[in-house]
Amino acid sequence: MAQDVLSVSQLNVYIQHKLDGDTLLNQVAVRGEISNYKMYPSGHHYFTLKDEGGALKCVMFKGNAFRLRFRPENGMKVIAMGKVSVYPRDGAYQLYCTAMVMDGVGDLYAAFEQLKKELEAQGLFDPAHKKPIPQFPHTIGIVTSSAGAAVHDMLRILRKRYPLVKVLLLPVRVQGAEAPGEIAAAIRYANYHKLCDLLIVGRGGGSMEDLWAFNEKVVAWAIYESVIPVISAVGHEPDVTISDYVADLRAATPSNAAELAVPDQLALMQMLDEKANAMASGLQRQLKTARQHLNVLSGSVSLQSPTGYLQQQKKSLELLKNRLISAQNRNISAKKQRYVADVSKLDAMSPLKVLTRGYAMAQAPDGALIRSVHQVEIGQPITIRFSDGQAAATVSDKKEQTP
Amino acid sequence: MNNMTFESSLQRLEQIVRTLERGEAPLEESLKLFQEGTELVRNCETMLEKAELQVKKIMTAQDGSPVEEDFQDEQ
Repeated sequence: MAQDVLSVSQLNVYIQHKLDGDTLLNQVAVRGEISNYKMYPSGHHYFTLKDEGGALKCVMFKGNAFRLRFRPENGMKVIAMGKVSVYPRDGAYQLYCTAMVMDGVGDLYAAFEQLKKELEAQGLFDPAHKKPIPQFPHTIGIVTSSAGAAVHDMLRILRKRYPLVKVLLLPVRVQGAEAPGEIAAAIRYANYHKLCDLLIVGRGGGSMEDLWAFNEKVVAWAIYESVIPVISAVGHEPDVTISDYVADLRAATPSNAAELAVPDQLALMQMLDEKANAMASGLQRQLKTARQHLNVLSGSVSLQSPTGYLQQQKKSLELLKNRLISAQNRNISAKKQRYVADVSKLDAMSPLKVLTRGYAMAQAPDGALIRSVHQVEIGQPITIRFSDGQAAATVSDKKEQTP
Repeated sequence: MNNMTFESSLQRLEQIVRTLERGEAPLEESLKLFQEGTELVRNCETMLEKAELQVKKIMTAQDGSPVEEDFQDEQ
């Protein structure tokens, strides 16, 4: 054997280079049916595409899988795009899928993108136009099929969360040619008759074709023109419809719509407890303040009791009276003293008192006191008064005192 | 008071809680408000406990007006 011998790895690498150099294989679109579909915890998707004659291993990495518009399922006919290369470890070639669409709905995707652009330009997705969802809706109108699982999912959740609400079901067909017209008519009917204060419009999951009614212009405009706020609830999480863009609120699923539509009574019960506590502590605080205030007030004797107040007044009256009396007494005794003093002064000045000290007093016959020698004539009778009697005398001589 | 909706009860309750938290009303009024609020809480709880989801199906009468019909869903 003159030929070079290659290792397995070398051969695999050689084949890989061959394939990678091929322009067609670098950008290929393959039609087939999905089987063995697996999503790994890593987020990468692995599946096999097959047709009547063969199979092709495929891998779609997380980043690309994230952009998928639908949930791939076994049996689905799809067109997968990507490049074909070798996985050297297994020595197997596979399609490294970067994008995938459902086969046969390629036209629908185009129509969807076209309508989305058109309606967006007309302002139907404008956030400013979106109406708030009532916090405590009274009546919820549900526009959906009365036969599907979606309505039961919603009712179950509404019943559990907020049984105070009333539910009006507006049954419509949600797929087929009649569906768009019926859905739009039900939304307008609810508005015309003011049936409810919140609308949920939607259906359970299905293929893109199944959900197509919610991508129709009539439905979009009915939602846009609804005065009643609308929650759209179409299909499963990754499904996005035109209705979702137009609605005031987009729910991932019908169940999720029911959750978004009403408050949870467990949370409400808790909130009521909190309010009750807030009231109690507010009142307690006020009572405490009032009590402190009262204590300060009752510290002053006057308000302890009305009788106490009277007694106090009586006491102070008594005190006042005593003061008045004693003031008067002092006044009187002072006057008395002065009087005694005056009297004794008077007493000292009494001529009778003077007489007792050995002086005598001469009086003319008319009783006038004789104060000067010039008042008497020789031979004139006078009376001489002593302290204990009087004597009659006659002036026998008079001599003027020479100063 | 029993005719109040859950929502209006909550609104009134909110008002009472705010007043009591500020503690500015005369004590006598506060006591009255507390009583009213406690009743509102009890009423709201009773409303939630006793409520049963009402489900009706809307049908259209001949003249186009809506008619409510019972709708049975598995509970």
